[in-house]
Amino acid sequence: MKVLIPSALRSYTQGGHAEARGATLGELLADLDRQYEGIRFRMVDEQGRIRRHIRIFINGTQEHDLARPLADSDEIIIAQALSGG
Amino acid sequence: MATARKKTARRKSAAATRRTVILVATRKGAWLFHGDAQRKTWKVDGPHFLGHVISHLVLDPRDGKTLLAAAKTGHLGPTVFRSTDRGRSWKEAAQPPAFAKAADGGGRSVDHTFWLTPGPATEPDVWYAGTSPQGLFRSADGGVTWAPFSTLNDDPQFREWMGTAQDGTPDGPKLHSVIIDPRDARHLYIGMSGGGVHESADGGRTWKTLIKGLDVVEGFGFDPLQPTFHDPHCVRMCPSNPDRLYQQNHCGIYRLDRPSDTWVRIGKSMPKTVGDIGFPMVVHPRDDNRAWVFPMDGSGVWPRVSPGGRPAAYGTTNGGRTWQRLDDGLPQSQAWWTVKRQAMCADNAESVALYFGTTSGELWMGRDGGKRWRCIARHLPEIYAVEAAEL
Repeated sequence: MKVLIPSALRSYTQGGHAEARGATLGELLADLDRQYEGIRFRMVDEQGRIRRHIRIFINGTQEHDLARPLADSDEIIIAQALSGG
Repeated sequence: MATARKKTARRKSAAATRRTVILVATRKGAWLFHGDAQRKTWKVDGPHFLGHVISHLVLDPRDGKTLLAAAKTGHLGPTVFRSTDRGRSWKEAAQPPAFAKAADGGGRSVDHTFWLTPGPATEPDVWYAGTSPQGLFRSADGGVTWAPFSTLNDDPQFREWMGTAQDGTPDGPKLHSVIIDPRDARHLYIGMSGGGVHESADGGRTWKTLIKGLDVVEGFGFDPLQPTFHDPHCVRMCPSNPDRLYQQNHCGIYRLDRPSDTWVRIGKSMPKTVGDIGFPMVVHPRDDNRAWVFPMDGSGVWPRVSPGGRPAAYGTTNGGRTWQRLDDGLPQSQAWWTVKRQAMCADNAESVALYFGTTSGELWMGRDGGKRWRCIARHLPEIYAVEAAEL
C-alpha cells in the first residue's frame, strides 16, 4: 500500500511516500517500523494508542483503531496536527 | 604537601590541553558552544535537531565522545538520539524509554525524557533517564535500549505520591536529579516533582524516602511527612564529598550531610528581599562548601522571575551559612529572567566558571565562580538545559 508520510517523519523515510504491507493498520505500521526503525514509536505510544498530534486517514476517513482491516487498494495518509508556536 | 603540589600541577597541565564545551538544550533544538583554551571565545555548532524539543543534552565523561539528547517534537513521540563522535552524526535509540504495556491498555506513556545521567566509571555503558510522567529508566548499552524500573514506575505507593499529569510542574511532573554514588553504583538518589527525594541502596530494587527537614507549602494543611506534597527542583551531590547533597526545592534551599537523613534549610540565610526559591542548584567540582543558586520570585502568584527584575546568582563558600550576591555584568534592572532547573552549571576548570541559560534564550558565563558575568549568546530559543563538559 502507498502511505503518505508527513514532513515530520521524512527524516526516517527520506521521502513523502512509502510502501508498506499489512492486513490491519497495526500491521502496516509495524511493517513501516521494520523498514524505518523507530518510526512507529513516534506515532504510537507504548500502550498502543495513536499519539495526540498524529492523524491517520484511510481512504480519506480518520481512523483511531489499529485493528482496522486494510485492503491492498486502500490509501493511507499519515498527517501531523499541531497548532501554536 | 609536595604530593598536593604535584597533584595541582598535574591538574593544571591536564587542564591546559582540555577544552570546555557548553551543551545547550532548548525548546527548538540543541547547540554546542566550543570554548578556546582560555574560555574567551566560543565557536557555535548548531542547531542540531532544529524544531525538536531537547530537554537535556549530556556528554559522557567516561569516554569524552558519546552524546545523548532527550528529544521530542510537538507532533511526535519522544526518543533519545545518540552520537558517538561528539555530535558530528546522530542515531536514534533502538528502544527509547517507554513504560511497560498495561494489560488493559490504560497504562502510562512517556511524554518526554527529561533528565539523563551517565552511570559511574565502573559501569561504562550504563545510563539513567528520568521522564515525564515520572518514571525511571536504565540503559546498559550506552543508551541504545532502555528498560523501566518497575519497582518505582509501577509501584502503587510511588504512583500515589507521583499524582497525575495535573499535579506538579506545568508541562508535566518530572523525575529528575538521578544521582549515582561514585563509590557504590547501587546507591542511587532521585527527585520527583512532585513526590519528594528517594534513595536506593540496592540498585533500585527498594527505595527509602528522604524528605525529613523539607518544608511544604504553608497554609493548606499539607502534611510534611507525605512525599506527595514535596517538590524538589534540583538535587546535586558534591563530587568532592559524595556524602554531601544540596537541594533547591520549591520551598527553599537545603543541605544534607549523610549519614543524617534530615535536610537543613540553608536558604534561611539568604536576604529576605530575595528569598530562597529557585530552580537550579550548582555545586563546586572540588570544594563541598561551595554552591550556587539563581533565585526566582516566589511571592504572591509565584512569578518565578528574577526578584525585582534584577537577576543574580548567589554563592556560598561555607556550606550555606552565608550567601554572596553575584551580579557583576548582569543587567541591573528590568531583566525578568527565568532560569530552569537544568539550565545552570559549573565547569571543571582550575578557576571554575558558571554558566546559565534563560527562557528568553540568553547564555551567560560567570568567571571566577560567578564574580564576573558576560553574555555568550543571545536570541536562542527557550533554554531548557545547560551542561559544561570537557573535550
